[in-house]
Amino acid sequence: MGSGSGGTYMNRVKAREASGVIVVGAGLIGLACAWELAGTGAKVTVVEREEPGCGATRVAAGMLAPIGELDFGEPELLELNLRSRRLYPDFVATLEAATGLDTGYRHTGALHVALDRDEAGELRRIMELQHSYGLDPKWLGPMAARELEAGISPSLAGAVLVEEDAVVDPRALTAALRAGLEDRGVRIVTGEVTGLVRDPAGKVTGTETTRGRFDADLVVAAPGAFAGIANWLPDEIRPPVRPVKGQTVELRGDVDEPVCERILGSERVYIAPRPDGRVILGATSEEMGFDTRVTGGGVHELLREAYRLLPDVAEMEFVGAIAGLRPGTPDNLPLIGPTAIEGLILATGHYRNGILLAPLTAKAVGELAVGGEPEWLLASSPARFEHQEAR
Amino acid sequence: MRIELNGEPTEIADGATIVEVIELVAGDRIPEDRRGVAVALRGEVVPRSEWSATSPVEGDSIEVVAAIQGGSGEVGLDPWDLGGRSWNSRLIAGSGGFRSLEAMESALALSGTEIITVALRRLDPSAQGSVMDVIGKLNLFILPNTAGCYTARDAVRTAKLAREAFGTEWVKLEVIGDDRTLLPDAPELLRAAEELVGDGFIVLPYTNDDPVLAARLEAAGCAAVMPLGGPIGSGAGIRNPYNISIIVENAKVPVILDAGIGTASDATLAMELGCDAVLLASAVSRAEDPDLMATAMKHAVAAGRAARQAGRIPKRLYAEASTPEEGLPGMG
Repeated sequence: MGSGSGGTYMNRVKAREASGVIVVGAGLIGLACAWELAGTGAKVTVVEREEPGCGATRVAAGMLAPIGELDFGEPELLELNLRSRRLYPDFVATLEAATGLDTGYRHTGALHVALDRDEAGELRRIMELQHSYGLDPKWLGPMAARELEAGISPSLAGAVLVEEDAVVDPRALTAALRAGLEDRGVRIVTGEVTGLVRDPAGKVTGTETTRGRFDADLVVAAPGAFAGIANWLPDEIRPPVRPVKGQTVELRGDVDEPVCERILGSERVYIAPRPDGRVILGATSEEMGFDTRVTGGGVHELLREAYRLLPDVAEMEFVGAIAGLRPGTPDNLPLIGPTAIEGLILATGHYRNGILLAPLTAKAVGELAVGGEPEWLLASSPARFEHQEAR
Repeated sequence: MRIELNGEPTEIADGATIVEVIELVAGDRIPEDRRGVAVALRGEVVPRSEWSATSPVEGDSIEVVAAIQGGSGEVGLDPWDLGGRSWNSRLIAGSGGFRSLEAMESALALSGTEIITVALRRLDPSAQGSVMDVIGKLNLFILPNTAGCYTARDAVRTAKLAREAFGTEWVKLEVIGDDRTLLPDAPELLRAAEELVGDGFIVLPYTNDDPVLAARLEAAGCAAVMPLGGPIGSGAGIRNPYNISIIVENAKVPVILDAGIGTASDATLAMELGCDAVLLASAVSRAEDPDLMATAMKHAVAAGRAARQAGRIPKRLYAEASTPEEGLPGMG
């Protein structure tokens, strides 16, 4: 992988002075990368078209569930997700200590519920897959499951408890990162990148934006679902990222009597609790291009399925429903790493795992920026698609 | 230069050889070694060894004979007609449930399918880099469906939107009765089918395994009937093979077994019962290894088709030795 188009990481990202980095995109990925880079003393500028965290970040439920979300045939993704999950406690602790803000990170665990015999069959199948990777989720009978979560539907057929899974509030995390970035002297510029500035050898030396030119010896591109149509990225390295629409619903409940303690999931919905008693219901998955309309059918399905799983949601206040765009890739793996263009790093294509993979992506970009070559990053190398484009 | 190719006036390049004419008529449907292809020029069969050295002249008639339509010439892959077109693969794929676009592309390619059904409600056909790109890359024929519609009115409207969006008269008509079983709503289905047929659509209705309803849909002008083997996504197999047999026996239009397929033997059974094709989705897309299951399904459909054509022996209560005990010595 990557042998044809780009050479080794060392060749592609030269060790450089710790200064002058531009991060394009202020979703959670861009902000986390900026935070990491600024922490190493780099002079970082973030360029964002709209409000920081206003895209997929704002819509995401913030489930940190590498095990519960596991699917067949994706061992590389599991590996990345587990790595990032392990980074989360330190990532948020550092940020919370620096800013005094709560990110909503809670190690709640997750309970995946089968509401009938069919769902139980599917749930057991996934549990066996989890066991095959040496993971240790536990099967609970209906009684045992309802002892943990009294509110779930009494007619369940069984459940799987994943103790490792956790949840974070992506909006609170965004706010904390913005505060932290300000402390570290990072500027967030509202503007649109229109092109890369490159020296005669092709190396990136900055970006042209609607707010003028910014010099930099490293550009980190984190444009999320818009990566595939980001015209400022040269054709040969513009990744095959597509938007995958997701709708979520927000409900408000009593902070002293939360409807659930853990993430609850069924085949068709998940319910992610917030520390203040709210829950997020997610999420639809729709191949609808850049459409972000909230639909009656989408909201209906989320509410119906949430009600089947946890009837108490009927008593909660409906706060709203929003839709966002996940940056999907052909193989569901993210794009994190150097490109064939010296001085340009991609950090996008996180699909369903952007919130979970933020700390790992930031760590990776931090290492790449100083010439590191993390071997665990190979599966997400952008070179895997550059190569295809070149053929 | 103008020649007559399989009875049709056809324009070819001056000096084109027979090999090039074959490419023209069959394109990528013929195997690399051109096995199963025969060519007659002015009524005379041209030996294979002379194909690349022989060029027709203005006004010649060329027949590229039937074997070519058999595509690869593999067992169980004899062509069949649907909606006025000829198809080689008897496997129709659904596009739902794949975990990634890569997984989808790979499995569909291995399945050998030529037709894919897509839900307009869940897919914007103009969206770049999505399922549509995979379909384009594999050059599959798009069969829009009305999944998610619960009334005839809804289904008709969705079919018309699909006609605009995909530029096709074809529609796989689904009118669902309830969201737990996803079983068809018979009266609404028939109503929608009549209206769409009247509007010029090529209508392929997803129907119950009910011979009477199938006959009514055929009478309404549907281009095929698509009885379910079991509920959508259930993998329950063919729950009422007797009804499927009755539908097959009576139908003058193709019968496509739709829904319920869980594994390869289900697809084989459908073909053995005399169905013309099988439509499946989750059996492949949600298998642990979709590539392997897609390959299995390709073989399963071909095997079932061949077995149907081969004519099975009748079932008997008692044994019947395959080697006669009497008769000529040494001939056993």
